[in-house]
Amino acid sequence: MGVPVTITVNGIQRQDEVEARLLLVYYLRDTLGLTGTHVGCDTTSCGACTVLLDGEAVKSCTVLAVQADGHAVTTIEGIATDGQLHPMQEAFWAEHGLQCGYCTPGMIMASIALLDRLPRPTPEQIREGLEGNLCRCTGYQNIVKAVQTAAEQLARA
Amino acid sequence: MIPAAFDYAAPASLEEAMALLAGHPDDAKLIAGGHSLLPLMKLRLATPQLLVDLGKIPDLRYIEEKGDHLAIGAMTTHYQVSISEAVRRRAGLLADSAAVVGDMQVRNRGTVGGSLAHADPASDLPAAALALGAQLVARSRSGERVIAAADFFQDIWTSALEPEEILTEVRIPFQDGKAQAYEKFRQRAGDWAIVGAAVSVARRNGTIDRADVILTNVGPTPVRARAVESALQGQPVSPEVVRAAAEQAADGLDPAPELKASPDYKRHLARVLTRRALERALQIS
Ligand SMILES: Cc1cc2nc3c(=O)[nH]c(=O)nc-3n(C[C@H](O)[C@H](O)[C@H](O)COP(=O)(O)OP(=O)(O)OC[C@H]3O[C@@H](n4cnc5c(N)ncnc54)[C@H](O)[C@@H]3O)c2cc1C
Ligand code: FES
Ligand code: FES
Repeated sequence: MGVPVTITVNGIQRQDEVEARLLLVYYLRDTLGLTGTHVGCDTTSCGACTVLLDGEAVKSCTVLAVQADGHAVTTIEGIATDGQLHPMQEAFWAEHGLQCGYCTPGMIMASIALLDRLPRPTPEQIREGLEGNLCRCTGYQNIVKAVQTAAEQLARA
Repeated sequence: MIPAAFDYAAPASLEEAMALLAGHPDDAKLIAGGHSLLPLMKLRLATPQLLVDLGKIPDLRYIEEKGDHLAIGAMTTHYQVSISEAVRRRAGLLADSAAVVGDMQVRNRGTVGGSLAHADPASDLPAAALALGAQLVARSRSGERVIAAADFFQDIWTSALEPEEILTEVRIPFQDGKAQAYEKFRQRAGDWAIVGAAVSVARRNGTIDRADVILTNVGPTPVRARAVESALQGQPVSPEVVRAAAEQAADGLDPAPELKASPDYKRHLARVLTRRALERALQIS
């Protein structure tokens, strides 16, 4: 039996009937085809599934789609505007903040949320803020650099 | 991992939620942030028939100063508690412990009510609630009762709440002037505490009037370190007094072994973290 939900995803209002047990990440990936949001661990540990729920970073493998009813979700597909990458995307690119890229969508969404609360974080604050996001490739150095670069960029904007 | 199927209700009011629980005494579960419950449901360790979502009840998310206490709505998130000016000023220990729960994403979803109701001995807020002398407000169709934190945590994952009761509010007496801190030790970033120590010290004219010292994850519930408390009481605030008192933090402790920590290691951490928490709270080292 479906539960009706209205969820604004990347600015577009979606209405669907979903199974109550459907996890938000599978709603995004399977129902809407937005596969930019990854599933790494499925146990709330790795942060690959991080999206913004009303602007706050959440792990979408541990949120039910029905819990997002009436709320707004932003995924990695929703942050570029008019073909222009988001400054955080630019910064990850410029600073080599990724290798295989598996963690990257979650890292970028968590980093955007972090700067929203702390526009000029120290490297320590970046590391602390991103402790819920695991990367098996980069060793984190360039991710921290990317967030710093994006912070400078956004401060100038 | 997908939870087993369940029916879902998202009541718009507390009254509606209480009626749903009363109508399903054996097979309904509340869901708040879902960050303890959903992982259990995904592993099918929890298989409720009916999930009652508190997320659409508007008036369970607040932090208010009321006369002599802070009133915090059950659905207030760890993040909201950690940044609240009022909590910092009136009950610093709660902000201190909420700030080190899990990671940023977990703190955005997890709630004060869910954390206390879940009564996980490794959770950070229960020790703080005990040290702060918190009062927990539970409501059901049969009425309202106020439970002292000291009576609330009964066993591992077992609180004093009845199945049809909803934890609606946490009340914390103003702690003005007390020296407080929470210290936890974790093996990896974002992890649960291997051991934690919540301390609250009231002073008068340079001597310790009363100390509350509560340990996380060394027993089935938060554990009061009575030997430390009495070693501090009536003593002057000094590094020697703190160090000697903290040495007694493991007296009588019998923690269960875990993959990450033997009982001896936990006893060691209890002593070290109690000292660190007292030193930070009292600004000595
Ligand atoms: C990766 C990860 C790391 C974590 N690390 C930590 C940590 O370091 N320290 C820590 O303390 N916690 C940690 N947590 C737990 C987190 O803080 C949880 O969010 C919290 O313990 C439960 O809150 P919730 O709102 O998510 O509750 P839910 O998961 O929604 O509910 C938990 C239980 O409480 C019941 N319940 C919920 N609200 C109420 C209410 N108002 N009245 C009555 N019953 C209610 C539910 O029925 C359920 O049985 C972690 C969780 C995750 C996923
Ligand atoms: S997939 Fe959600 S945290 Fe890893
Ligand atoms: S770039 Fe490979 S996991 Fe982070």
